[in-house]
Amino acid sequence: MLLFPMKAWERIAVADFANQQPLALHVPEPKARPGVEPDWSGLTLPPAGAQPRPDETCAAAETWPLCTDLIRVLDEDGVAQGPWNPRLDAETLRTMLRNMALTRAFDERMFRGQRQGKTSFYMKCTGEEATSVAPAMALAADDMVFPSYRQQGILITRGYPLEDMINQIYSNKADKLKGRQLPIMYSARDYGFFTISGNLATQLPQAVGWAMASAISGDTRIAAAWVGEGSTAEGDFHSALTFATVYNAPVVLNVVNNQWAISSFSGFAGAERQTFAARAIGYGVAGLRVDGNDPLAVYAATRWAANRARSNAGSTLIEHFTYRAEGHSTSDDPSQYRSAQERSTWPLGDPIVRLKNHLIALGEWDENRQAAMDAELAEMVKAATRAAEANGVLGHGMHHPFHTMFEDVFETLPWHLREQSEQAMRERRIKWPDWRPEDGDEMP
Amino acid sequence: MSRRMTMIEAINDALDVTMGRDPAVVIMGEDVGYFGGVFRATAGLQKKYGKTRVFDTPISECGIIGVAVGMGAYGLRPVPEIQFADYIYPGLDQLVSEAARLRYRSAGEFIAPLTVRSPFGGGIFGGQTHSQSPEALFTHVAGLKTVIPSNPHDAKGLLIAAIEDNDPVIFFEPKRIYNGPFTGAYDRPVEPWNKHADSEVPEGYYTVPLGKARVVREGEAVTVLAYGTMVHVAHAVCLDKGVDAEVIDLRTLVPLDIETIRASVRKTGRCMIVHEATRTGGFGAELSALVQEHCFYDLEVPIERVTGFDTPYPHSLEWAYFPGAVRIGEALDRISKD
Ligand SMILES: Cc1ncc(C[n+]2csc(CCOP(=O)(O)OP(=O)(O)O)c2C)c(N)n1
Ligand SMILES: [Mg+2]
Repeated sequence: MLLFPMKAWERIAVADFANQQPLALHVPEPKARPGVEPDWSGLTLPPAGAQPRPDETCAAAETWPLCTDLIRVLDEDGVAQGPWNPRLDAETLRTMLRNMALTRAFDERMFRGQRQGKTSFYMKCTGEEATSVAPAMALAADDMVFPSYRQQGILITRGYPLEDMINQIYSNKADKLKGRQLPIMYSARDYGFFTISGNLATQLPQAVGWAMASAISGDTRIAAAWVGEGSTAEGDFHSALTFATVYNAPVVLNVVNNQWAISSFSGFAGAERQTFAARAIGYGVAGLRVDGNDPLAVYAATRWAANRARSNAGSTLIEHFTYRAEGHSTSDDPSQYRSAQERSTWPLGDPIVRLKNHLIALGEWDENRQAAMDAELAEMVKAATRAAEANGVLGHGMHHPFHTMFEDVFETLPWHLREQSEQAMRERRIKWPDWRPEDGDEMP
Repeated sequence: MSRRMTMIEAINDALDVTMGRDPAVVIMGEDVGYFGGVFRATAGLQKKYGKTRVFDTPISECGIIGVAVGMGAYGLRPVPEIQFADYIYPGLDQLVSEAARLRYRSAGEFIAPLTVRSPFGGGIFGGQTHSQSPEALFTHVAGLKTVIPSNPHDAKGLLIAAIEDNDPVIFFEPKRIYNGPFTGAYDRPVEPWNKHADSEVPEGYYTVPLGKARVVREGEAVTVLAYGTMVHVAHAVCLDKGVDAEVIDLRTLVPLDIETIRASVRKTGRCMIVHEATRTGGFGAELSALVQEHCFYDLEVPIERVTGFDTPYPHSLEWAYFPGAVRIGEALDRISKD
């Protein structure tokens, strides 16, 4: 039932075009739903080392071929190839491997903690570790990063204490964010890590603004931001790229294309038509499309973009082509909407395994050392977890005092928040009559 | 014929019924298609009605609401879902400047018959971006209707009425009561809906008219105005305290059923307003002003407002934030005094 009756001229138009084909709406559909064997034959994987590496100060349009290609360094035998090989020494490679392995060990433990009821929520980055660890190593330690919720690898690489991460995840009395934020929504100013928002893509224009401010101030630090491919649909993405190109902002914008946004495949962000890197060109920004499971390629691409930004040559959009190996979060069950075999058949493998094989091929590593490292990291995470648990887990009373709920809404407490704070304290006394101020702010 | 349903089932049923009756109804939103929505409200509908009537969208709330306005202009009846009310803000311009005013600025040439569904409210440890109650932002906008159901029966009837309505409707679904009538006892499992009379949902088509409140419990001592989750929480406190309260579930905030409110406050002479949203500029302020304007000479004591605090929704202190039994009970004591 159309709400409006057709007007006379519309009827004439319909008659005129009576012989024309009716319009049809295209609704994207992923190739493999549950129960279907994934078919990756449509995916062309160029050989490692085959992609040219233009000068960092080139015109943005010169990067066009790299927007539809795939920058790869590590070949099937774990050998680094071509002009994008960052030629890192073995020690640096081992550090990179360790940071990725630690990120994974941390994720495993925290996911289990959520399942055991120690917190409300968790998100892993399994299979995507290279997209945060390698850029964090390629950037300067004081460059400012604006992450999404899946870049715990940056914090870990920058040496943020695991125990503090866990305190945040447990929302306990030692949580530096005072139990206010959903688990994993970290903030770490001293580590150049911007406060994470739950609202998607808001960090992109903010990163551009930080970069503009750095340029206004004649600073040397640049900014970098991360966003999921699904979130590129938000208007903030467009705003960020427009401002980035207009002001030649010293910023690196990373799109982590893990092919899924909760249950929606990347086709719902436009991937059926064009790569995410290719969008850069329309804005006049340089674009690079990288094998996101190749830590060396990710490192090299970040270095390229950072050098470009540092030399006032402009912004870069990097698409990291990767795969979300696990569920979206602890609230998600991916077997409901995608093929279970996708993970095992995904042709770009696992970033940790690939870097490990590279180090082994170099004669700088072996399986025994890997096993020993994994055991050591698991132990390290366990120890940090134990230390954090001494400060409490979610929902067992060991949280920040009630009055802290009213702080930081504003710099100073206005009268109405002071009243409400007193109300909250009174409610506590009614709910727990045994509580006395001298008992401290622990709930019984 | 009727059967017991949860809120989610009732909402799903309402969508099913309207889609079956009217081919102009289309559903869209993030993850609503194949998957059926993160809260399962649209489960099975894509399979039944096809991908061009129930489809996933890009993650762009501005886009979702903007294209819904365009579809409405064509003559469809879009029912977009915003995954959480906390994520509606990128679509605000399309709602406030566009959907709300299309009829007015075109003198009725174009209308925006969309129903924006969105889960709202806290109580699930969702932190500040999965817990908000932003209804007052919308009730403040001329041209938008705002509907908030409190039980499966009303959810279905109100949603069908909202979809059939030719004006834009914001339909907020209190997610805390999707699976049961939460009464504020957060340390106990919630009683399932099937134990509650209002989970009895008639089969097929029926409507609960927009703009009509419901007296949940008749009483003489005080009038309690609430909507959504807080209907159950406030009702439970009144029963607990043995106060002979008249509990009114507003159901629609705009247009408001002022008649039912007026009749009740004239009878009781006392009025308590309860909502989970922040206090300052909340819908309670509007209600308080209206009661004062309409019932000033009937009031025996000042009106009480019980609300969430004026802070973002905290994570670990969720239950200290929530306007639960103690906060409501204190207000009820104050207002019940002679
Ligand atoms: C503005 C906004 N809309 C919707 C959501 C709900 N949401 C959270 S994550 C997500 C999917 C994001 O996918 P993507 O950008 O690909 O990142 P990924 O999770 O794959 O890392 C959605 C829709 C949100 N957090 N914010
Ligand atoms: Mg994604």
